[in-house]
Amino acid sequence: MIAELITRLRFLVARKKRNEVDEELAFHLEQAIAAKLAAGLPEPEARRQALIEFGGVERAREQCERQRPGWQMSAAAQDFRYEMRVLRKSPGFVAAAIFTLAMAIGANAVVLGVMNALILHPVNVPRAGNLYALDHQQGDGWESYPNYEDLRDRNRSFDGLAATALSQVALDTGKDPSRLWGFEVTENYFDTLGIQPYLGRLFHASDEHGFDSAPAIVLSYGYWHSHFHDDRNVVGRVVRVNSHPYTLLGVTPPGFRGTFVFFAPNFYVPMVDHNQISGDNRLNQRNVRMIIQVVGHLKPGVTKGQAVADLNGIGQVLAKSYPDVDAHESFTLVRPSMPQGLGRPMRAFVTALMVLASLILLAACANLGSLFAARAADRGREVALRLALGSSRRRILQQFFTEAVLISTAGGTVGLLASIGLLHQLDAWQPFSSVPIHIPAQPDANVYLAAFALAVVSALLFGIVPVRHVLRTNPYEVVKAGTGGRSGKRIAARDILVAVQIAICAVLVTSSMVAVRGLLRSLHSDLGVEPKNAMLVETNLNEAGYKPENILPMQRRMLDTLTAIPGVQHAGLVSFPPLGRGGSWRADVFRDGATDLREANVAANSYMYVISPDYLRAAGTTLLEGRMFDWRDGKDAPKVAIVNREFAAKVLGSTSNAIGRYFKTANGTREQVVGMVEDGRYLSLTEDKQPAMFFPLAQEDPLGEQWLIVRSARDPQPLSAEVKSRLRGLDAQLPLDIVMWPRELDFTFFPARMATLSLGVLGIMGAMLSITGIFGMAAYSVSRRMRELGIRIALGAPRREVLMAALGRACKLLFYGSGAGLLLGLLATRVLAFIVYQATPRDPLVLVGTVLAMLLVGMVAAWIPAQRALGADPLVLLREE
Amino acid sequence: MPASTDLLQGTLDLLILQTLALEPMHGWGVAQRIQQVSRDVLQVGQGSLYPALYRLEYKGWIKSEWGSSGNNRRAKFYRLTAPGRKQLENERESWDRLSAAVALVLGQSAEATS
Repeated sequence: MIAELITRLRFLVARKKRNEVDEELAFHLEQAIAAKLAAGLPEPEARRQALIEFGGVERAREQCERQRPGWQMSAAAQDFRYEMRVLRKSPGFVAAAIFTLAMAIGANAVVLGVMNALILHPVNVPRAGNLYALDHQQGDGWESYPNYEDLRDRNRSFDGLAATALSQVALDTGKDPSRLWGFEVTENYFDTLGIQPYLGRLFHASDEHGFDSAPAIVLSYGYWHSHFHDDRNVVGRVVRVNSHPYTLLGVTPPGFRGTFVFFAPNFYVPMVDHNQISGDNRLNQRNVRMIIQVVGHLKPGVTKGQAVADLNGIGQVLAKSYPDVDAHESFTLVRPSMPQGLGRPMRAFVTALMVLASLILLAACANLGSLFAARAADRGREVALRLALGSSRRRILQQFFTEAVLISTAGGTVGLLASIGLLHQLDAWQPFSSVPIHIPAQPDANVYLAAFALAVVSALLFGIVPVRHVLRTNPYEVVKAGTGGRSGKRIAARDILVAVQIAICAVLVTSSMVAVRGLLRSLHSDLGVEPKNAMLVETNLNEAGYKPENILPMQRRMLDTLTAIPGVQHAGLVSFPPLGRGGSWRADVFRDGATDLREANVAANSYMYVISPDYLRAAGTTLLEGRMFDWRDGKDAPKVAIVNREFAAKVLGSTSNAIGRYFKTANGTREQVVGMVEDGRYLSLTEDKQPAMFFPLAQEDPLGEQWLIVRSARDPQPLSAEVKSRLRGLDAQLPLDIVMWPRELDFTFFPARMATLSLGVLGIMGAMLSITGIFGMAAYSVSRRMRELGIRIALGAPRREVLMAALGRACKLLFYGSGAGLLLGLLATRVLAFIVYQATPRDPLVLVGTVLAMLLVGMVAAWIPAQRALGADPLVLLREE
Repeated sequence: MPASTDLLQGTLDLLILQTLALEPMHGWGVAQRIQQVSRDVLQVGQGSLYPALYRLEYKGWIKSEWGSSGNNRRAKFYRLTAPGRKQLENERESWDRLSAAVALVLGQSAEATS
């Protein structure tokens, strides 16, 4: 046994020399000839018979080689070395193949990385695998604070339940008060998650003694790093949160970004202080769902099912005790990921991207498959020769696969490297300065593994294409007929591959065209306002500590100050700008004749804006009829309103004589319409026409939160500095957020832009893939028919005919492939319409655009082969063979 | 390919080991000897002979060394090793068992049909 092992090891290291085998076989042959001679045969005949009996020398040699333990490994190494030599001889083919694959695998890796980060990956906290967020059918998982307290105190399944609410506050740290997004969290939040402070300390449940009892704030590492420049002395300092003094307790660790992916808070304040911070009393209200997320670790040994039953039991008790509040009787446990409501569209979008990226990969495989098939056909002679010499088909196939694996490994590596770079950039990217949206796309082992698997799978996919060719090669035929021998069928298979690939690419091109068109249209659709040259100043007089009676005079002072700035055309004030990220107010309105103001009689649920007299001019909203407000529309004057066209049509019954008519608000007040403005968009770009109404500032309750709109053609930079200094001149403590309106709208346009960008990139990739695909096919068919083309030219064929002969097939494939792709793409846009705004397949521009793009692709791809075909020199070609 | 090489692989191994048990021999010799002893019934083609020799050598049952053949020509001689001898015994035993079993089965069926 041991002896055998040692021999095996010995031969593993020192394999038999090749010439030994040769010499031994030669000796055998000699002996055989000698034996025949001895039997009385003449010399040539003896040799002939011996050789026939002997059979293939190469085959015997290979068989001997195969007996060696581990021969497969050395055969693989041999294939590897051989293929490297072969590939070095055709750098164009290698570059095209690697580029194609790198693109496809890179695209897939990027999408996988984003998918991994946004959907599959848990939030970055200790024991994340055991962390669950509560979700229920009613209201997307939002919860009221009293309900949360009951759930927290009565459940027996969780190691503590912590809650989060979104919060935007004015934070004054001594210089330049600014408005920030962060979390209101329950005091047990950090302990429940197991987060240790990076600096100072964090909240604990023991800090809490009732409402407004814990004036403390914790900063995220990112905010501390960028705004305090890693100053460790800030801990213990007192800062102002909405003008209330709060102690800066500490800083969270760098890796911790809250319990949502996609949204990284700048700060954490105790939820018990909500009433103080926001100036309302939502904490006490069981019917106000202010908590966006409740999370906790399951206790050891408790299953998800048990926990859900436990929670549902509490929900039933609550539903009995508080019948006027919506019931919560069907809880589910989910992984904490995106803010509820955002998750579903996001998931749909990423899934759609994944599908498109896989299409790219499929197209790339089809592309490479046809390239490989062409190559196999070109190497037909070599294959036939080797088969004739006794090499096994298996060995040749193994070699072809080695080639496929080599190419795919190289392409996969390049693609993965590129995608890692891109993912890192995505990870570092902060699309908005004011809202800490963050795409946590750090690539990890999952992504690497998946990309590697994709490379291997695609190698198998396109490596399989030439298999049939090798298996069917008949060495005698090929050697006899030379390379010219070809069967029509083989080419048909390759043609199908090319057509499929073109079709897939046309789908991608169509989708991206539809997306780009949709975005352009929504960007240029009538918004009902003119964001260009307008600046938004967000401020909050409640946060600045103003009493209600002082708010209106302060607002007028601010407006006067802004109007006095040289170069400012108009300055207006509005409760919320349309299409803003703060959302919009809506209110029920009734027809003038309605006496019974019940739900059933509501004429419309209209958007509602409280505006200063100059707002419409500042916002660029066109007044169609009637007049604008002025400051005389005050408390003692008759109640008036301006409405939009849709409102007039829906509530007042007609748009032609709306002025002077009346409608009623929910509390029965009669409002007289004094003006009618154009329709616009108020909440999102996708909405249908909506009614909207505007009320004069002086006739409504004082507005704490407000946006000032400054219209000016001046350079934004100095203007914003001047606006800031003038307003701070009125009140140095005023929290101010200044942004150009188009920039603010970026937030509204962000999803559409991202969608369009990704689809656009995929579309370009699709186009590039079809270029390489068509180019490969056309170049191949030209090179195979060079001799024929040369003869045609020699016989005086016109250029057009030569081109038709050379590229007719490519054109046909392009035509059919694009047609099929266009049809499929138009079907696919029905799906796209859910994601991309205004995506409609019935758009002549998209049709024309796609056709033109594919034509262009075809022309670019066929250009070089066409030149080559036309330049065929019959003399040179005929001399060659 | 020459015909009559369809010997079961195990059987060929056994025949080679048995042939080499008498004296060291080169590949040609082994083939000739098997053919002679079997009265031309068993012809071993080089396509299976040499792979078998290499297989046995890699397993450590036979050993090869270069020597001189009758007409002063360099040739590779194979000889049985100690593990090879043991293997030969084992294979002989199992062959005997197998052929006895086959004989039994054939004998029975012959009785049954007669």
